[in-house]
Amino acid sequence: MNVTIVDYNSGNISSVINSFKEVAQDKVNIEVTSDLSKIKSSDKVVLPGQGSFKSCVDALNKMNGLINTLNEFAIINKKPLLGICVGLQMFADIGYEETETKGLGWIAGKVSKIDNQNGKFKLPHIGWNQINIIKNSKIFQNIENNSHMYFVHSYEFIPNDKNVVSATTDYSSNIVCSIEKENIFGTQFHPEKSDKIGLKIIDNFINL
Amino acid sequence: MLKNRIIPCLDVKNGRVVKGINFVDLKDAGDPVEQAKIYSDGGADEICFLDITASNENRDTIYDVVDKTSKKCFVPLTVGGGIRSVEDINKLLNCGADKVSINTAAVENSKIVTDSSKKFGSQCIVVAIDAKKKGNKWEVFTHGGRKNSGIDALNYAKQMEQNGAGELLVTSMDRDGTQVGYDIDLMSKISSQVNIPVIASGGVGNLDHLVDGIKIGKASAVLAASIFHYGKYSVKEAKEYLDSKGIPVRI
Repeated sequence: MNVTIVDYNSGNISSVINSFKEVAQDKVNIEVTSDLSKIKSSDKVVLPGQGSFKSCVDALNKMNGLINTLNEFAIINKKPLLGICVGLQMFADIGYEETETKGLGWIAGKVSKIDNQNGKFKLPHIGWNQINIIKNSKIFQNIENNSHMYFVHSYEFIPNDKNVVSATTDYSSNIVCSIEKENIFGTQFHPEKSDKIGLKIIDNFINL
Repeated sequence: MLKNRIIPCLDVKNGRVVKGINFVDLKDAGDPVEQAKIYSDGGADEICFLDITASNENRDTIYDVVDKTSKKCFVPLTVGGGIRSVEDINKLLNCGADKVSINTAAVENSKIVTDSSKKFGSQCIVVAIDAKKKGNKWEVFTHGGRKNSGIDALNYAKQMEQNGAGELLVTSMDRDGTQVGYDIDLMSKISSQVNIPVIASGGVGNLDHLVDGIKIGKASAVLAASIFHYGKYSVKEAKEYLDSKGIPVRI
């Protein structure tokens, strides 16, 4: 089996690579590439993302044909895809970081700044927070409710259809922190930085 | 609920830990990778490396350390010390660091903070502020505490937030190494002036100091070196103590 981590200059992805390789060992081939044919033939795709919504969308657009390839992979062929952090946020129709930017439009909704309640909550939301599992997602197998995950973000994904939400976390309000819509998965937190429990989520995705 | 973080810090020189855990069962007490692994297995919320390599020739040793550590530790890794340019930051992040902490370079040229936070995102840019009390104010020191910039620490903290820092690592030069506790006044003043998380550093001698740093100093995270290195307390003990004092921690 091949799992491809999309390398599209979206910032620092070395931790994502390290964690997937740690979980995969020799059983699964982890490819890190922007090569469209390799992405197409892959069994699963991981879409990381760091920095701003706009910078990540811009970086995707810069790679000729990449968005079409991802659309084909996730929407037409319905193969498993995991978005991490801004990788998840980009599923939305639109994001408001820096400036209004169109997302991939895979899951109807928007990405807006977390309401810090006049400075009561510090932003970015950095550190370990518990996840409240509200839907039995395939990537949560053997993950206990209220497990701690590592977060770093200032913006949140607000999907129109709440049925896609598999977990939330409490920071200022109930922030969406995990998504499952058919073959499309996403986490706002960083499983690659969430210790053994995070690696278990990666393991669950690899073994889907 | 968001938890307060405990961050053990390791001083690394020429690729070796110079102030580290003195456990008898350590195969190689000078190996930063092994020490970082002990911390992360013990429940550390993040790991911090401070590179104190003096000579430029040995500067590259830290990249190798970061590379090896990031393949073994799956909690966030912050690396500071000797960062001079956006390219230095790029190299560290590519080796597997999750955040970098910038000290002298940010004082000398604040553009490095603006440029790097734009390029890599604020989430990985920590500005380290070494502050020393002078009268009713604190002044920012650079070059490992040797040089006084004369800049007011509170104003500087606000400026760094505006420039795109994602977090501030605030060290009291007066308290560093004394084990008498954080400079709570400094921490709480900076923390209430900025809307980004503050990591308190410098002066921890016991677990009550950690409690004070969070409760009174309003720090989001507490960094400590000596109390963990010399086996006085484990990270687990520290967390259990904080928990008993009503501070939210990841256990």
